[in-house]
Amino acid sequence: MVLSARDLRRDFGGFTAVKNVNLDVHHAQVHALIGPNGAGKTTVFNLLTKFLQPTSGKITLLGHDITKTAPARVARMGLVRSFQISAIFPHLTLLENVRVALQRPEHLAVQFWQPLSKLNVLNDKAMALLESVGLQNEYDSQAADLSYGRKRVLEIATTLALDPKVLLLDEPMAGMGGEDVGMVAELIRKVAKTRAVLMVEHNLKVVSDLCDHITVLQRGEILAQGDYATVSNDERVKVAYLGTDHDG
Amino acid sequence: MTEIATTPETQHRTSNRVQLALVGILLIGLVIAPFTLYPVFLMKVLCFALFASAFNLLLGFTGLLSFGHAAFFGGAAYFTAYAVKEWNFPPEAGILLGVVGASLMGLVIGFFAIRRQGIYFAMITLALSQMFFFFCLQAEFTRGEDGLQGVPRGHLLGFIDLSDPLNMYFFVLVVFIAGVFAVWRIVNSPFGMILRSIRENEDRAISLGYSVNLYKLAAFVMSAGLAGLAGGLKALVFQFATLTDVAWQMSGEVILMTLLGGIGTIFGPIFGGAFIVTVQNYLSTTGFPVTVLTGLIFIVCVLLFRRGVVGEFNASRLAKKLGLRSRS
Repeated sequence: MVLSARDLRRDFGGFTAVKNVNLDVHHAQVHALIGPNGAGKTTVFNLLTKFLQPTSGKITLLGHDITKTAPARVARMGLVRSFQISAIFPHLTLLENVRVALQRPEHLAVQFWQPLSKLNVLNDKAMALLESVGLQNEYDSQAADLSYGRKRVLEIATTLALDPKVLLLDEPMAGMGGEDVGMVAELIRKVAKTRAVLMVEHNLKVVSDLCDHITVLQRGEILAQGDYATVSNDERVKVAYLGTDHDG
Repeated sequence: MTEIATTPETQHRTSNRVQLALVGILLIGLVIAPFTLYPVFLMKVLCFALFASAFNLLLGFTGLLSFGHAAFFGGAAYFTAYAVKEWNFPPEAGILLGVVGASLMGLVIGFFAIRRQGIYFAMITLALSQMFFFFCLQAEFTRGEDGLQGVPRGHLLGFIDLSDPLNMYFFVLVVFIAGVFAVWRIVNSPFGMILRSIRENEDRAISLGYSVNLYKLAAFVMSAGLAGLAGGLKALVFQFATLTDVAWQMSGEVILMTLLGGIGTIFGPIFGGAFIVTVQNYLSTTGFPVTVLTGLIFIVCVLLFRRGVVGEFNASRLAKKLGLRSRS
């Protein structure tokens, strides 16, 4: 177990967005977080990555209590997230996008007195990451010029650049073309062999193919947990989320 | 991966060559200028161009709009003027003191301001710089409304007499070039790349493990220090330091210069600074209210060329032909 949450709760004024959330994310497993819109999936993501401070509860990452840790520090400890809206650096090139992620671990982030060409040593590594997601040909175009789906792909490449121990992907396939969905699913399967992945996903086919463990959220609370067969046969889940006539 | 390394490289090389040629022309112009134009006017242009460049390091390349840069500019002017006049500091030491003082002020003001974003950031910088303004109004050493008058320019390194206008001009020019080079180097460095990424998407930078507040604070201090360099220089050029330099209008003026020239470009603030100073200079003899015209310029700038003069040029076809790739 690399990431776990205990009795996580978050209030916004009088509204409780998330409560009683207990989650365990395991090494070398893909864990899906599903649920209808407004169920609190993104809030859970923000709490786990410390972009939001939980009202109460406890979060543990690799044995360390990170309940009160700053988000950048959490990222440095190996818990890296992607965002629901494509989080890229639009006016940097694709190569630069990935390279920015590499700069910190390679200790090339604070040198204000050195020329940019110092960063060229990272180019091979950055190119390899772009190749792993099929973006190598566009490496010198601005990220803003990419299609929506390809921006998501770029974001995943950037996230992988940090070689995180726990990877949190917020709807990684949203807005992607069919071809990219297959490629990204394959990529997630590959990277999950050596790390834990927690992902929010709406595409149930992807979830059933890819995920070892599923947590269903509804109105900020966990409705069901287990593998796909368990969850999809749960009556409450069928009613609340999948629909009564769902055929799997 | 060889073709990967060469294609952008050649592209950048042509752009570099054109840029280098432009810089060369500009430098030759600046060397000839004092023989045809009034040196004090030119020195004023250079001081403000450097001030705007320092400001642009923060606004254009980090995405932080400070509304309190007059505190660093004017503060350094007081520090330098006081050190040179009262403690008989040589000019280079006086300016250095101004830079250090402005940087420390940047550290304090920046420390509070970076905790907030957008308009709140701007308001905190404005509030703190106004506090500094009233401190300067009341404090003993600034001589209040009179300001510090009759500041001697002294001898640079002990033997170059700066009371000679040409000597002073070339001293200002060298400092200006060094200052703009510093901005250029910071922007085009590994650190500058992180600043750009923070400007582009702060949350993403955090999620990549960057403590963005430290980067912002570092950029703020650098910008304040370079603004102080311009301020200290100005105190020596005009041989006085007054409340005008720390007033909020000065903070507004530097924003206008930077916007007009083009935020996020190296030459934009230089152009903007030169343009505004020139306009002010010509209007000061006519009695036409300068603020009316600067207001009009601001409106035209926002309506017609938001990227600023240099920014629009960089985005134009001509710039593309010259191989100058526009970089937001």
